[in-house]
Amino acid sequence: MSDIAIRVENLSKRYRIGLAQERPDTLRDLLISGVNKIRNRFVRGDQGRHDSQSHIWALRDVSFTVERGQVLGIIGRNGAGKSTLLKVLSRVTDPTEGFGEIHGRVGSLLEVGTGFHPELSGRENIFLNGAILGMRREEIERKFDEIVSFSEVERFIDTPVKRYSSGMYLRLAFAVAAHLEPEILVVDEVLAVGDAEFQRKCLGKMNDVAQEGRTVLFVSHNMSAVLRLTQEAILLDEGRIVMRGPTPEAVDHYLNMGLTKQGERVWSSAEVTNSEAPFQPIALKVRNPMGQVVDTVQSVEGFSIEMEYQLSDPISGLRMGLYMMTTRGEYVFTSFDTDDPTLFETHVQRPAGHYVSRCQIPPHLMNEGRYVLGVNASAYRIRRYFQDDKALTFNVDATGAPGMHWPEKRLGPVRPKLDWTIETLES
Amino acid sequence: MTESQTQHNKYPVIYLRPSKGWLSLDLKELWRYRELIFFLTWRDIKVRYKQAVLGIAWAVLQPLLTVAVFSVIFGNLLNTPSQGIPYPLFSLSALLPWQLFATALQRSSVSLVGNANLLTKIYFPRLAIPLSSVIAALVDFLVSFVVLLGVMAYYRYWPGWNMLWLPLLMLLALLTAMSVGLWLSALNVQYRDIQHMVPFIVQVWMYASPIVYPIDTIPAGIWRSLYGLNPMTGVIQGFRWALLGGTPPDATMLISVGVVLVLFVSGLFYFRRMEKTFADIV
Repeated sequence: MSDIAIRVENLSKRYRIGLAQERPDTLRDLLISGVNKIRNRFVRGDQGRHDSQSHIWALRDVSFTVERGQVLGIIGRNGAGKSTLLKVLSRVTDPTEGFGEIHGRVGSLLEVGTGFHPELSGRENIFLNGAILGMRREEIERKFDEIVSFSEVERFIDTPVKRYSSGMYLRLAFAVAAHLEPEILVVDEVLAVGDAEFQRKCLGKMNDVAQEGRTVLFVSHNMSAVLRLTQEAILLDEGRIVMRGPTPEAVDHYLNMGLTKQGERVWSSAEVTNSEAPFQPIALKVRNPMGQVVDTVQSVEGFSIEMEYQLSDPISGLRMGLYMMTTRGEYVFTSFDTDDPTLFETHVQRPAGHYVSRCQIPPHLMNEGRYVLGVNASAYRIRRYFQDDKALTFNVDATGAPGMHWPEKRLGPVRPKLDWTIETLES
Repeated sequence: MTESQTQHNKYPVIYLRPSKGWLSLDLKELWRYRELIFFLTWRDIKVRYKQAVLGIAWAVLQPLLTVAVFSVIFGNLLNTPSQGIPYPLFSLSALLPWQLFATALQRSSVSLVGNANLLTKIYFPRLAIPLSSVIAALVDFLVSFVVLLGVMAYYRYWPGWNMLWLPLLMLLALLTAMSVGLWLSALNVQYRDIQHMVPFIVQVWMYASPIVYPIDTIPAGIWRSLYGLNPMTGVIQGFRWALLGGTPPDATMLISVGVVLVLFVSGLFYFRRMEKTFADIV
């Protein structure tokens, strides 16, 4: 009991659908909607369970506990209930049903820069924002220099933040929030913005917080950040907990939820906009060595990937690009159909017509797992005609691959068959 | 949500529950957030005068210009009686508490909607928002009060011991503004009609208070009694009396104080009851 930081049981939150459009915005609407409704709106707590169709459950029967010092990831698609959960936990809004207890002060970074006022200077905003986030004045004064140097806006500290670049604004906002010292830190999508350097810094800071033994709830769409920062994660879908488990498993589960295409991606003409003309994508296919379109290929056999497309006008310098990624978004390789100098020369001009660019993936290249294919049609430094980063996913099965006599998973996206020699050295 | 904090091991425990029934006021928590109230007040004042060349001087100019207009129209053109007090002083002594009240009321009524981004992102006692806008009005008042003292000196009026009543009268003005502001700000979260109504309410209320005319203009009897129910009648009459002498407010003022207290307490509870839904509907 003593080392539990958060415990929630059957937490549910119901919203009215179309709250923004349908709620009576004016007193006239209210008067029209009659006395009964007035009673319901004013006596909100007594609002019955009736007309359930106009409500949606943003959270439904969510139960979990978080131990002190744990860093828990919360993942799920947009609208899965992540933000609602954080809002309930940080007391911004009330649960509709259920119960929760939180041991310790909660600091929420639901959005950095909340309460920043554009007219005020950086210095003034540090104090204002700090107070809004729940810091005491002396605490802010004590950490002021640290906050400023973390944010790297020393020179502009007395300039109104409305003159800041968005990067500076963000750094300052995060700096204030990062220097909160709550027992429980709730972080939502802070890392979705900012440049790589800044993100690295933020992740470092979050890591420090976790190292100090404080509890962190971390919501992000950045799977590599979730993987790096958390050992355990909760996967939410449609307001319910789908699974809770080690982060890599939860992330895999999440990434595979939305990816159910079958070895082939066909673009309908409705999907292709005029801006892509004269390039028209037709289909992307994964084929096994027998030429069948499949969604699972054998690592030991190799396979081919082909892109079928049409050109309504000749294009010069066109190259068809293929990107292979893991489901976590790490690139495995990038390749173009005109990588080969001779092909490049023979296809400098591609007349209008119907084409297939096909590439062979050699045997013993890919490790087992699920991969994402992206395609891109462009003329180098001239124009990008078409791009689809997640055109297709497929599985690689490693049966017969090197090392399968050990049932462990191999790290890394490639599983090459390498020549090993073992020498015995006399000494 | 009922929220209580008890010492459990070394960490305070916060309970999350659906809100049911009327909530306790939990003024203790509000007190813990006093620094936030301070900073919000400070922000309101700072931002108001930030890009104005004259800055806080507007707090001086506004009442002076208004009094100039009143003096010309009501004092000179309409010859409004002013109980033997020079008309500019007569109206300024009323305008000050009135502006304190009106500013506090206007700002607090729209305060929640104006701070919607805070409401939807961060937890803190919601009362801090209307409260800080009411307090911010006090700062303007204190600045313009110096002007009043200057004008009094110019007309050779010296304040007496009755001035000690002023803080109480100011408190009543603020309390009235806060009471109405609590209701209106909470209602405004859902019904934006409120923010269109507020300027009108303030204008009507102003003419229903003895600012440009003396209270004697109102016929004695039932009308005067009804008139006395307006808390600002008592406040303004009290201000004039405390600063310049004349007739002190009568016993009707006590009734209006009672009305204000009822409004205030009910406003507090209504506000607390609605505050858990602010984040969802604002």
